[in-house]
Amino acid sequence: MKQIDEFRDSDLIRRLLDAIHRLVRPGRTYRIMEVCGGHTHAFHRFGLVDLLPGEVELIHGPGCPVCVLPMARIDQGLALADDPGVILAAFGDMMRVPGTMGSPLQARARGRDVRMVYSPLDALRLAEESPGRRVVFFAIGFETTAPATALTVLNAERRGVANFSVFCNHIRIVPALEALLRPPGPGLDGLIGPGHVSTVIGSRPYAFIPREFGIPVVVSGFEPVDLLQAVRLLVEQANDGRAELVNGYRRAVPDGGNAAALAAMGRVFRERSSFEWRGLGAIPWSALRLREEFAAFDAERLPEGRPSSSPLAEEAPCGEVLRGLRRPTDCPLFGNACDPEHPIGALMVSSEGACAAYHSYRRRGESAAAGSAAD
Amino acid sequence: MCLAIPGRVVELAEDDPGAAVAEVCGVRRRINVELLAEERVGPGDWVLIHVGFAMSKLAEAEARDQLRLLSLLGEPGPTGEA
Repeated sequence: MKQIDEFRDSDLIRRLLDAIHRLVRPGRTYRIMEVCGGHTHAFHRFGLVDLLPGEVELIHGPGCPVCVLPMARIDQGLALADDPGVILAAFGDMMRVPGTMGSPLQARARGRDVRMVYSPLDALRLAEESPGRRVVFFAIGFETTAPATALTVLNAERRGVANFSVFCNHIRIVPALEALLRPPGPGLDGLIGPGHVSTVIGSRPYAFIPREFGIPVVVSGFEPVDLLQAVRLLVEQANDGRAELVNGYRRAVPDGGNAAALAAMGRVFRERSSFEWRGLGAIPWSALRLREEFAAFDAERLPEGRPSSSPLAEEAPCGEVLRGLRRPTDCPLFGNACDPEHPIGALMVSSEGACAAYHSYRRRGESAAAGSAAD
Repeated sequence: MCLAIPGRVVELAEDDPGAAVAEVCGVRRRINVELLAEERVGPGDWVLIHVGFAMSKLAEAEARDQLRLLSLLGEPGPTGEA
């Protein structure tokens, strides 16, 4: 397929790897964080982790929306489905993510009406086809999926679908990065900027990272050539002591983002003054909720949608993995008490979770660093 | 779910100006193209699709530029293009 095959070209991959091997200075480490869970998976899926020089250390960031969602929010969403009049619609990625009272799938096993949808528009259609029931869409995701939710709400308003509402858990990438990088921070030499969220917000919002933290940023696509190009440009900048923002994914990411998507989000959502992130704590202005004028579509304004006070059972060390302070394989639960069949933390189930990537693509006990040693 | 899937637009929907049919990994499905109204998506265009919405039109010229720059690798050349 064009647009893909060329970015998986083996000759180009080899040359990029050669260039990176030539660039790295022996004895120095290059700590590079890929913010996006999709990048984490791509690095592992294409085996790039083992092909990079040992000097390049990949640190996994918090860019997995279901992984950073506190269990209390999952509980709160599932509580909505306790009402037999409610159909709770959620993305497939959410279905096996545990709250303190179990996952959406387990709620379904207990008789709750939980449906899996591919798009928020599917949830809206479900509402139109289910008069007499209330459909609540469990909205989650960074700015990548927030415009889709916004447009769906606008569609619901236009079509007068009164039995549709949204349990909004949309989050914003920039406040999260700011919170993550604030000292002491994970000590990074470079940052691979998320690709898909940037199709919406553009590359410019990351300009503060080189400016204020002195860390170079390369926004990257998801193919091997994209990722290796990003690593090369970051290693080069680290060697030169430069910190610049580079848009390495111009074919999909305009520097200014998608204006129509940003406008739809601005119309439907406002920023929450604070939102709790798993592993990162409360971050100011880091999440979105529906504006007052769309209150009729806001499930959090339903009586059952009020926050429950579930105890924070954050027993797994997911937080340290999310902040780039620990590798998935450093966790004593990894592959033992916690695996994709019986996940304790969302990092193990989500298709964007770092632990799921390690579990799928690496042998048990093998760490990424050990895998790339040249022995 | 923050992962996008590339798809190729096959046709615009006749019943809805905000919809199109795209081929994704050999499967045809209806997508929403309202967010790309300015980009004027048409048959043959590649788009990135998030949860049923086309969010970005893949620019072939930019793709070619990136590959051309990279093809010069190995020879000393421009780096760190910002």
